[in-house]
Amino acid sequence: MTAVLVENLHKSYHEHEALRGVSFEIREGEVFSLLGPNGAGKTTTIEILEGYRRRDSGSVEVLGADPARPTSKWRARIGVVLQSSAMYENLTVRESLALFGGYYERPRPVDEVVDVVGLGEKAHTTVRKLSGGQRRRLDLGLALVGDPELIFLDEPTTGFDPAARRTAWETIRSLRELGKTILLTTHYLDEAEQLADRVAVLRDGRIVATGTPADLTSTPATEIRYRENGREVVLRTEEPTRVLAELTARALERGEELLDLEVRRPSLEEVYLELTE
Amino acid sequence: MHEVRGQLLLYVRSKELAFFTFLLPLIMFVLLGSTYGDNRIDGLRGANFLEAGMLGYGVVSTAFAGLAIFMVIRRESGILKRVRATPLPGSAYIMAVLASTLVAFALSSACMIAIGRGLFAVPLPARWISLVLTLLLGALAFAALGLGMTVVVRSAEGASATVNAVYLPMAFISGSFFSPHSFPPFLRAIANVLPLTYFIRLTRDVMLHGHQVWTSWRDVAIVAAWGAFGAVVAFRRFRWEPAEG
Repeated sequence: MTAVLVENLHKSYHEHEALRGVSFEIREGEVFSLLGPNGAGKTTTIEILEGYRRRDSGSVEVLGADPARPTSKWRARIGVVLQSSAMYENLTVRESLALFGGYYERPRPVDEVVDVVGLGEKAHTTVRKLSGGQRRRLDLGLALVGDPELIFLDEPTTGFDPAARRTAWETIRSLRELGKTILLTTHYLDEAEQLADRVAVLRDGRIVATGTPADLTSTPATEIRYRENGREVVLRTEEPTRVLAELTARALERGEELLDLEVRRPSLEEVYLELTE
Repeated sequence: MHEVRGQLLLYVRSKELAFFTFLLPLIMFVLLGSTYGDNRIDGLRGANFLEAGMLGYGVVSTAFAGLAIFMVIRRESGILKRVRATPLPGSAYIMAVLASTLVAFALSSACMIAIGRGLFAVPLPARWISLVLTLLLGALAFAALGLGMTVVVRSAEGASATVNAVYLPMAFISGSFFSPHSFPPFLRAIANVLPLTYFIRLTRDVMLHGHQVWTSWRDVAIVAAWGAFGAVVAFRRFRWEPAEG
């Protein structure tokens, strides 16, 4: 089943073309990551899917409905974590969750949500006194309190220290185990690699690659580097065995050495940098 | 109903807002009442005259200023955007905010009248129904103007400054604190445009002269027209999301 279907999505702000024909599909129950540098169009895309922004053209379907015409029923099925984690500063964690839970027909019990996001000890603390990481967890809790099927996470770990990121990753993995569909935007490569079933790399408003993290690293060819007459030669090939055999055979014939010979697969990071630069 | 309770809780919890919109008018009443409560103003006893003006001050600080400031802050911080992502209809949220504002203003007015009776021996108003209708009209009209005001204010930092710059002079010029009859002509000309002037006159007619609210239909119409203007602006231009960059 398809949870999100985006076809040929376009969006401009004044002169600036933010999205120039974005297409992708998210299947039910998968974690899908939109990966890209700042300004690539991630937030524009996710906010169109959340129903905040209008698209200029293209078709978008989120849980079978057009997000440009959001209904209460549809909103009850999605959970949104925005980049800014704004909340009422004077309410406690429990009060915040109870208030927002009241907007849904079938909210999850507040205590359950408190546990899922690991704020058990802070349940009676006012939001004002939470640390940055704790606020972010409450933020996620507020998105979960309506028990949504589809969760949008816009750069959920930006600004986290490594330990807080690992905790957040654990939480996101546990949501996946509950069968939730998750769309996650991030500019951290390792985050997409750790969490996503599939990744789409966004650059300048276009998708430049889609696939599993493993697909993305295997499509580009193996890289063979060596020095010839003082210049570095870089070959990329799908058939490294044959190319290498030819190279070495030729070198042996001439009695030369392939200086600084190196055979390697590019890391996802290199692929990503190449795609986005 | 759930949301109204939530809004009231938020109101009570935000101490600055509650102080600013709820207690400050009461404190001003006590201070001004002690200063010239026994003087004669426009042929009336000072405290009696002042109480009606202070109800006017109460309505602008609670319904107009307080509402506009916290709604701008909620918008710019992104809270309204978050609310928008939930199934709660926007209209229900606004209604809850208005309802909690009405409750706050009702309590503030009751305290004002109690202080007037207790400290300054102002007789309790005789025309109860007219007074309640007048205050309700004022609260709704100024709340609508407050929502309209949020359209004009672009940043959370500017919210208090801009709103104070509008409502404090308005309260002064419209005669919340003393009689506008002693004002120079240009101030009176401004006063003749401001909705608060008509609201205070209406309140004085009802409280001091025993009029019924419907006999002063012209004042009612002007206050209502300002309210309608605010509502139209709010309806057409109200934003749920923070201003871009």
